Amino acid sequence: MSISQATAFQPAPRTSLSAWVTIVLFLPPAILLFTVFVAMPMGEAGWYSFYNWNGYGRPEKFIGLKNYGYLLDSAPFARALLNNGLIILASLLIQLPLALGAALLVNRRFPGAVWFRMIFFLPFVLADVAAGLIWHFVFDGDYGLVSSVTTFFGAPPFFLLADKTWAFSAVLIVIVWKYFGFHMMLYIAGLQGIDKSLLEAAEMDGAGPFQRFRYVTLPLLGPMIRLSIFFSVVGALQLFDMIVPLTGGGPFDTTNTMVSFLYYFGITRMRVGFGSAVGVVLFLICVTFAFVYRRLFMNDD
Amino acid sequence: MNFRQVALASTVLAFGAATAWADTTVTILHVNNNAVATALWDKIAADYEAEHKGVKIEFKYLENEAFKAKLPTMLQSDDSRPSIIYSWGGGVMDAQAKAGFLKDLTGEVAGAESALAPTAVEAFKDDGKVVGVPWDVGEVAFFYNKKLFEKAGVKAEDIKSWDDFLGSVKKLKAAGITPLVVGAGEKWPMHFYYSYLVMRIGGEHALTDAKAGKDGGFKNATFVEAGKRLRELAALEPFQPGYLSTSHAQSAGMFGDGKAAMDLMGEWVLGMQAPNSASGKGLPAEDIGILSFPVVPGGKGKATDTLGGIHGWLVTKTAPKEAVDFVNFFSQEKYAKAAAAAGAYIPVYKGAEASITDPAVKHIATDLAATTYHQNFFDQDLGPSLGRVINDISVAVAAGQMTPEAAAAALQEAADQQ
Repeated sequence: MSISQATAFQPAPRTSLSAWVTIVLFLPPAILLFTVFVAMPMGEAGWYSFYNWNGYGRPEKFIGLKNYGYLLDSAPFARALLNNGLIILASLLIQLPLALGAALLVNRRFPGAVWFRMIFFLPFVLADVAAGLIWHFVFDGDYGLVSSVTTFFGAPPFFLLADKTWAFSAVLIVIVWKYFGFHMMLYIAGLQGIDKSLLEAAEMDGAGPFQRFRYVTLPLLGPMIRLSIFFSVVGALQLFDMIVPLTGGGPFDTTNTMVSFLYYFGITRMRVGFGSAVGVVLFLICVTFAFVYRRLFMNDD
Repeated sequence: MNFRQVALASTVLAFGAATAWADTTVTILHVNNNAVATALWDKIAADYEAEHKGVKIEFKYLENEAFKAKLPTMLQSDDSRPSIIYSWGGGVMDAQAKAGFLKDLTGEVAGAESALAPTAVEAFKDDGKVVGVPWDVGEVAFFYNKKLFEKAGVKAEDIKSWDDFLGSVKKLKAAGITPLVVGAGEKWPMHFYYSYLVMRIGGEHALTDAKAGKDGGFKNATFVEAGKRLRELAALEPFQPGYLSTSHAQSAGMFGDGKAAMDLMGEWVLGMQAPNSASGKGLPAEDIGILSFPVVPGGKGKATDTLGGIHGWLVTKTAPKEAVDFVNFFSQEKYAKAAAAAGAYIPVYKGAEASITDPAVKHIATDLAATTYHQNFFDQDLGPSLGRVINDISVAVAAGQMTPEAAAAALQEAADQQ
């Protein structure tokens, strides 16, 4: 037997002892945490959704898919779905360009740039509930900031949060105000990762500022923008804490999101089975989006 | 052992011994934020602790909505379950009893209950078993601003029927006064109008019949007509601007600031109107009058039928026996009289209302003593799901967003889904 033949035969690599120790030590806690806090609640929610249950004791009245039927018939739920869609649209069409514009502005080194970054980022630091409460008072037609503006112009008091058609626009305003700072920070990080020499090269080739932005900056910011969209959409689907103090579901259930719908129609009405059905639907939407989005857009990131 | 070790060991022992003494804690979860009432309760707790060494009474406050949302979860676990919980009776209490979370108090509180008003005691029975002990009763009525009435030339004594009431609303509007203030942002204040209309139109059995499904359940003529009358009132635009987003506290404050003539509310508004007002002083007691809800022509309900809350304590199944003992202690005459005198609430102890000094509260107590039929709040009586629906539809009908027929149908649909 020649040496080359002997060395050509390689026994299957054996996992070393230290590797096994690592697996045994770290995997069970991770699996336990995931099971107890993620897998089990999801499974239980799915199970509860087949029952008419008020949250007390154990579920007893099995009703099969009826909860999902009630959900499909529910006009407030359809509105909540639409609202979630509107939040995503506003995030993509208003918040994103705003954050990108702000990032481009404050990325330059001018005196006070760091202060501006901090000011724009501050709303994000505020808790959702606090933001909702503050803006509830701001929009108050009798005592809030809005009332100061209307009295200054001599107009009659305007109650935005009581208006069936426009109350949701108040929610969108608060959302954009709150989160554009976070996305701005993401874009600043992205911008700072762009090689300056590329922009210089483009300038030397005669590209104007807008062309530089469109053909150099934007494509290089691509991964960051895709990430920012991902955060936006997932965050929009989960929005709840801001809705409760701001509008409480709004005049005639026009400002609910899916999670606040779950809370008001499921939990506070002690229809936990129905609430679980909403939770399952929300979960399916989120998971579908996450997988599709990663597949389509973030394959290379 | 050196000195440090001895000192450490004895400190640890002392702590251990201290905890061994204060063995039993009775936790009481409630939603009352009336400072006078909670001060009285703290005194009752202190008195009980003085008489019973080794027992600690802890009153824990949770805001109304937080209480309703958190309670089901808290009741599930032995660790977080309070010993005693605040209750409005009605459907939620029935659900808690059926799930087995409440202690059967039949026999253990008989002594205390013999001195309490029978209707209140009945409200805290489930299937004939006593599950709670009431301590206060209230009434929902029109609280009106006497000065604003005078200004518009409206006489409260003349308002007897629904048409008189609508006429007074028009007069107030003509005088440039906001006739009614309502915290419709929270929805339940508006359902008082709907509830009283159902009671005045359908009489004593309207709600029980609807719950039993008679005559089409909630879709029957009584509920539809109540909706029509509510719409009739709302069409006059009697409420304050932006009423759909006003909170209950704001509406009480507005009444206290004299910004509206009438507020259909429970007796607790008397304690709320001053602290929530912009001026901080509110209306003086002599300027507030009480008007019973008018009678609807052709209706079966009487002017002496009252709508109002009955509040009581429920004891949970794993509570220590000191909890039941404390409930009996709480229900003593001296504390009922103290509550009446301090204006904390209207106690259900028979005869204690004689100690009430505030004229408005006295008026309510007299109404309640003379009541021909006392109905618990609809949104409590109907249970958590149907209760929220009635709140929603009351606001929707008043704002013209829902027809009275659709509202009644929505009630029946929610009842069917239960």
